[in-house]
Amino acid sequence: MATLSPGAEALERLIGFGRELRRRGLPVGTGRIVTFCRAAAVLGALDRADLYWAGRATLISRPGDVEAFDVAFRAWFREGVRIELDLPATAGEQADAAIRTTDAVPGPDVREDAVVAREWHELGEGEETEGEAAIRIVASASEVLRGKSFADLTEEERARVARLIRRLAVRVPMRKTRRYRPAPSGARFDVRRTLRRSLRTHGEPFHRAWRARGTRSRPLVLILDISGSMAPYSRALVQFGFAAMAAGRRVEVFCFGTRLTRVTRTLRSKDPDRAMHEIGRLVADWEGGTRIGESLKALLDGWSQRAALRGSVVVICSDGLERGEPDLLRHEMARLRRLVHRIVWVNPLKGSPRYEPLARGMAAALPSIDVFLPGHNLESLDELSRALGD
Amino acid sequence: MNRLPFASVEELQRALEEDRYLADRGLATAIYLAVSLDKPLLLEGEAGVGKTEVAKVLASLLGRDLIRLQCYEGIDASQALYEWNYSRQLIAVRAMQDVTAETHVEDLFGPEYLVERPLLAAIRAGSRAVLLVDELDRADDEFEAFLLEILSEFAVTIPEIGRVVAEEPPAVVVTSNRTRELHDALKRRCLYHWIDHPALEREVQIVRARAPEVPEALARDVATAVNRLRSFDIAKRPGVAETIDWAHAVAFLGVERLDEETAAATLGTVLKDHEDQELAAAHLAEVLAPGEPAGEPAEA
Repeated sequence: MATLSPGAEALERLIGFGRELRRRGLPVGTGRIVTFCRAAAVLGALDRADLYWAGRATLISRPGDVEAFDVAFRAWFREGVRIELDLPATAGEQADAAIRTTDAVPGPDVREDAVVAREWHELGEGEETEGEAAIRIVASASEVLRGKSFADLTEEERARVARLIRRLAVRVPMRKTRRYRPAPSGARFDVRRTLRRSLRTHGEPFHRAWRARGTRSRPLVLILDISGSMAPYSRALVQFGFAAMAAGRRVEVFCFGTRLTRVTRTLRSKDPDRAMHEIGRLVADWEGGTRIGESLKALLDGWSQRAALRGSVVVICSDGLERGEPDLLRHEMARLRRLVHRIVWVNPLKGSPRYEPLARGMAAALPSIDVFLPGHNLESLDELSRALGD
Repeated sequence: MNRLPFASVEELQRALEEDRYLADRGLATAIYLAVSLDKPLLLEGEAGVGKTEVAKVLASLLGRDLIRLQCYEGIDASQALYEWNYSRQLIAVRAMQDVTAETHVEDLFGPEYLVERPLLAAIRAGSRAVLLVDELDRADDEFEAFLLEILSEFAVTIPEIGRVVAEEPPAVVVTSNRTRELHDALKRRCLYHWIDHPALEREVQIVRARAPEVPEALARDVATAVNRLRSFDIAKRPGVAETIDWAHAVAFLGVERLDEETAAATLGTVLKDHEDQELAAAHLAEVLAPGEPAGEPAEA
């Protein structure tokens, strides 16, 4: 069917595809398009499958982008398409030049770049910055996002915030281990190693060796209220949990409304978006209000869970509007306090300047809490991350 | 530019097959392009789908040395690039006190005291090597930035010795289990391919190629069972490596077909998580039911 002749026309078609992807919101920079053209030149004559796989290898690098790529590909390259290029050595330069001449005019196309750049900027500084203006947009956009309450986010902002949270540096609480290990400097003199070393220096204890106690990370336990109004905040904390898990930490996540469910496994086995979806389904089942005290009791009574709690840092996210008995909550909080290293309570209501912890539940829990934080936007999550490290 | 001894993607695919690595068209295209364009190939996918194997088979196909850098949390330049041999230096210092010795202090930082780590080895070997950077997602951001620098120049400056430059860059394969997202700057430098679990037919072929002693029917039983296990809600989905292990194990036990008893006894070769094993054991009849597994992932 349609065979595109060698040269400019074919190249135009390839570059156009790269632009099409960009138009559809995929992070396809000029560098990637040039690589795509060079790849096509290496292959020489390409049928549809060649085009597809060459594009997949060069234009995208995230499994999540494959679907959008497929849709764009089907729309752009019809069945039976063939592209022939007989300019192996120069295709890259040609493409580069072709792109630059059309991009040189600061028109709508540049603005397009800016939008794209904003979307992927949070993943790190681009090595090929697509205009200074773009970067300024990014900076201000993230500033606004930092202070915006999670409950007020649009769907698109939520996705971006989720990505930002996952990149939050999760500081990990450490504890000293009992075991002494060889160390460059430390509390104990390591006679054995010093002696061994002295053999190398004709028996002179030239190099002294030391032993010091090592450190281990404490487990992080998230206990999240996912009833009605708390869902957006808890969702953000789940992302936070992902970040911690990705940093290789031991993380346990429990969700509660009227009863407690361990969701650690859901988080571990699935990708973040699917896990969020699944937890979202659980939320729908539990519109019955909050029973914090009973949920904590269930947590503390389960022996395997209690083992996971010992010495950990617990983050509870709830508005403290308890439906059950405040006395039970007070009692269970005190039990929890004895078991764990530290309790951080995240209450989004605290984000409001007029808030005072007068709710009966909150008042009952307060004596057992080490750190009380709002956690309603990115900024305060950053604060949470810092509180964990202390 | 084109340093591959293969004229087309199909030819490369056939050569890989002869080397007992069954790659689909997408992976073969990505490998072909990466070597032709002198770009690192970034492979992502779940554990056990054969990412590391790509580097090994590529090295054997090209007749090059495989240099492997296993990443881990906290890896730094002294473990990845080079290190001085301190104990040797100490002995030399000792020897120098002998007035007749001819060693000078400068010699202490000569090439003979340099301990070569994988990256330096790869730079020195240049196009005689395939560099495998394994499980990059385990290392931290700083290391990624450092690696990016190395990958873009293939040159390193050692203050005491001078600049070491690769005449021609080595072929590079980077793998990641995607426990975290890699930096975009690094991704942009690489060609990318996501390796999925293979479709049933291909997995049967792979088992046959890798475990020739396993009869066809048994290989098909095992591949079908693993395929179904993957669709379960389990924490650690078994990879191709596990399928091959399982096939080896049941063939060793001398059974003709995979039955419930054998499967239950050998489940540990394919599922390595206690809760996963319990789940599978409870649904064993379903896992071993005759017929094709439903929801087969289509191969493009």
